[in-house]
Amino acid sequence: MTGPGDVVLRLTDVVKTFPGVRALDGVQLEVRAGEVHCLLGQNGAGKSTLIKVLSGLHRPDSGTVEWLGQPVTFSNPQAAMKAGIATIYQELDLVEDLTVAENVFLGHEPKVAGFVRRRAMVARTTGILGRLGHGEIPPRRAVHRLQAAGKQIVSMARALSHEARLLIMDEPSAVLAHDEVENLFRIIRELTAQGIAVVYISHRLEEIRTIGDRVTVLKDGRTTAADLSAAETPTSELVSRMTGRTIEYVFPPRVAAPAERAELLAVDGLSRAGEFTDVSLTVAAGEIVGIAGLVGSGRSELLETIYGARRADTGTVTVAGRRLPPGNVGAAVRAGLGMAPEERKSQALLLGEPIYRNMTLSTFTRIARLGFTSARRERDEADRVARSLDLRPSDVGRPVRTLSGGNQQKVVVGRWLLGDTRLLLLDEPTRGVDVGARAELYRVIHRLAAEGVGVLLVSSEVPEVLGLADRVLVMREGRLIRTASAGELDEDTVLDLVMAGSLMEGTPI
Amino acid sequence: MTLSDGTGTAAGLPAQSPPVEPAQTGAAKSPRIGWGGENSENTIRNLVLVGVLVVLIAIGAFTQPQLYSDSTWVWNNILSILQLASVIGVVTVGMTFVIIGGGIDLSVGAIVALAGVWATTVATQSYGAGGMIFTAIVVAVAVGLINGVLISYGKLVPFIATLAMLVAARGLAAEISDKQTQISDSAFINGIAAGKLLGIPLLVYILAVVATIGWVLLNRTTFGRRTIAVGGNVEAARLAGINVKRHTMLLYGLSGLCCGIAAIMLTSQGTSAQAAMANLYELDAIAAAIIGGTLLSGGRGTIVGSMLGVIIFATITNLFAINGLSTEAQNMVKGGIIIAAVLVQQFRFKAVTRFLHRNKT
Ligand SMILES: Nc1ncnc2c1ncn2[C@@H]1O[C@H](COP(=O)(O)OP(=O)(O)OP(=O)(O)O)[C@@H](O)[C@H]1O
Ligand SMILES: [Mg+2]
Repeated sequence: MTGPGDVVLRLTDVVKTFPGVRALDGVQLEVRAGEVHCLLGQNGAGKSTLIKVLSGLHRPDSGTVEWLGQPVTFSNPQAAMKAGIATIYQELDLVEDLTVAENVFLGHEPKVAGFVRRRAMVARTTGILGRLGHGEIPPRRAVHRLQAAGKQIVSMARALSHEARLLIMDEPSAVLAHDEVENLFRIIRELTAQGIAVVYISHRLEEIRTIGDRVTVLKDGRTTAADLSAAETPTSELVSRMTGRTIEYVFPPRVAAPAERAELLAVDGLSRAGEFTDVSLTVAAGEIVGIAGLVGSGRSELLETIYGARRADTGTVTVAGRRLPPGNVGAAVRAGLGMAPEERKSQALLLGEPIYRNMTLSTFTRIARLGFTSARRERDEADRVARSLDLRPSDVGRPVRTLSGGNQQKVVVGRWLLGDTRLLLLDEPTRGVDVGARAELYRVIHRLAAEGVGVLLVSSEVPEVLGLADRVLVMREGRLIRTASAGELDEDTVLDLVMAGSLMEGTPI
Repeated sequence: MTLSDGTGTAAGLPAQSPPVEPAQTGAAKSPRIGWGGENSENTIRNLVLVGVLVVLIAIGAFTQPQLYSDSTWVWNNILSILQLASVIGVVTVGMTFVIIGGGIDLSVGAIVALAGVWATTVATQSYGAGGMIFTAIVVAVAVGLINGVLISYGKLVPFIATLAMLVAARGLAAEISDKQTQISDSAFINGIAAGKLLGIPLLVYILAVVATIGWVLLNRTTFGRRTIAVGGNVEAARLAGINVKRHTMLLYGLSGLCCGIAAIMLTSQGTSAQAAMANLYELDAIAAAIIGGTLLSGGRGTIVGSMLGVIIFATITNLFAINGLSTEAQNMVKGGIIIAAVLVQQFRFKAVTRFLHRNKT
């Protein structure tokens, strides 16, 4: 038996190669019981690959993995789980058509004589969800009916349903709103107090400072720093270890404050039953408008409805003076709208297709001549965007499937940098994108705005909304409760508005 | 081609913060091995199919050495295999599009029969060969589009919609023909199957033309790209602004068009049409597409692969024929091959890429 502070997991010189890529190139990692061990690294550094090796999804080419003092190789995820390693993957891996409870206990259903004890399963699921602070998720609901954050909670519940001694979390906070992250931290603290070790991956340094004990940094598949203190190591040191260069993680200043500009988007009295009510807003050309709100406040649904991916019950969407037909994405795209949706894997990407074809998915018709596509022209265009977003690897002929999560996200956003988008709807555009690339993305968004593109941005990260937007809309329970210029608001005010609505009286929109 | 040693990436970095060392050295180390996306996998798969074909021909030569020693016979045998493959090949081109687009068309055999029967009624034949061809095409495309409308706008599952159409179209064909065999009196129509150009049957040319157009359509046009997008991730396609419903409808119309062409070819071959013609063509076409590497779940497949699948099936039929074996045994072998193909589809490519990679690093 191991006590607190003992090393439970030790990786030595682990190497894992994919065709054309050395994803892990000699990784060292040491995790102790009861600690939160943070893995830091840029997009494509090998973090996800490393945890897939740990959880039995990939087999290392060489190197050793020692678990509780014994060298091990897990041939499949079940074996790792049996040994006490539970994993929450970066890309959600739930079975969409099964219920919440069935997903939580998939592969280890409570059984009597071969029959699943449904009632026990549902009861235990309810218990775990309650512990996660989400007792409201119905265990019998099919997973595909949940929003992204709900799904994240379910995969967390699944990891907790095992008696794990090591819990690996690959960017668990990416789809969570502020208060849910707090909640997640509370759970992590409970677990570590019981001596459970946690490996935590995130691109948000402030989270690592709050929850982490020690940090290991990966760069290009190698461990470049280990045993750093999560609380005390200066940010500049962490960043330079990750990237080999210094980046200021700041929002670049706006080139010019937007003057009086033509109104580009006007949304009037838009409603969808159960999602949002009577939303009216405008976006001017060259203006960046941010929407702050909790997950479930109807932000994504609002964006999708403006885009025509959902059909509004009532209300109108007008772009440059022309009414858009409801529920018609094609018309919206022709009017110059573009949307980077919330869930990249299910809503945006053709995983088996090359990067350039994913980037040109909404523009290949325009790039084509007389209906004939041109791989060369498409590659050229995609190359340009790949460079401006620092895509790695930069070879646009690779299948998107082989990209790391953050780089896949860049492809999703990059799609709308091609062609002539006039209004960009961005739903969590920096989800899973590393510090450096994030700065690139902000720069690109600013450049677009300077060129006269209107941007409507949804983000769970309040600093991102405040730092990027000219104007901020606060949304709660499907209603816009406040509009203000970004300068008038600070993070705490927005959080208060979003959660309690305590400032609501007296400051209506 | 190799990945650049970091200079390419460096160009995209902000100017005020030059990289201290080349970025992504890990990736730069090993040479790129034909990661042209799916292309390399497709090439490998098609080479495997050619290998299978060679093995089948070798079996033929081994079991019937005296026939294979006669070069004229060998040439004629190749032509008869290709002729055997031609009608089903045309149907398979349409089927390949439908499956890549995420659907399935069980009604192809029935559409061929209905188009053939409609084209050979006394009334249609009175308009001559042109009228017959026109009728076959229009009927087949119309039925295909009805499938498409039911599936995309009526939201029926493709399997159900086309199964219903299979029953309905055969029923209508029996009704129109009064269950009689309708003889074609058109010398032009009947001459197509009998005709040769440079010693090669005209039907083989028709297949070649249809397959070539299909290849161009799939690989070089926006129509093909939409097909792959809709089959690969329908939600992503929709959110990218592709009109998924209209495209789905057109795919079934395209399948219908291929059936119309096949109907004329088949009518010409038999100089007649009847309600029971093209029986079970749907199974042969689906099997050929799958053997050719078309993913049943959509988003992926090639015309070349499908055509190789069709020719492999025709070669097996021919192999059994020259050895005087029963069609029952032949069907069992075909069934086995389909299962083997699907199994191989699941395992082979991981193994091959892993193998290639090992050898390079
Ligand atoms: N199945 C695969 N085939 C080929 N290359 C792959 C595959 N999976 C990952 N890679 C490559 O391995 C490298 C490491 O990827 P990984 O997903 O581990 O990065 P990561 O550190 O998790 O990045 P992110 O922060 O963006 O999630 C990347 O260059 C990626 O392109
Ligand atoms: Mg990752």
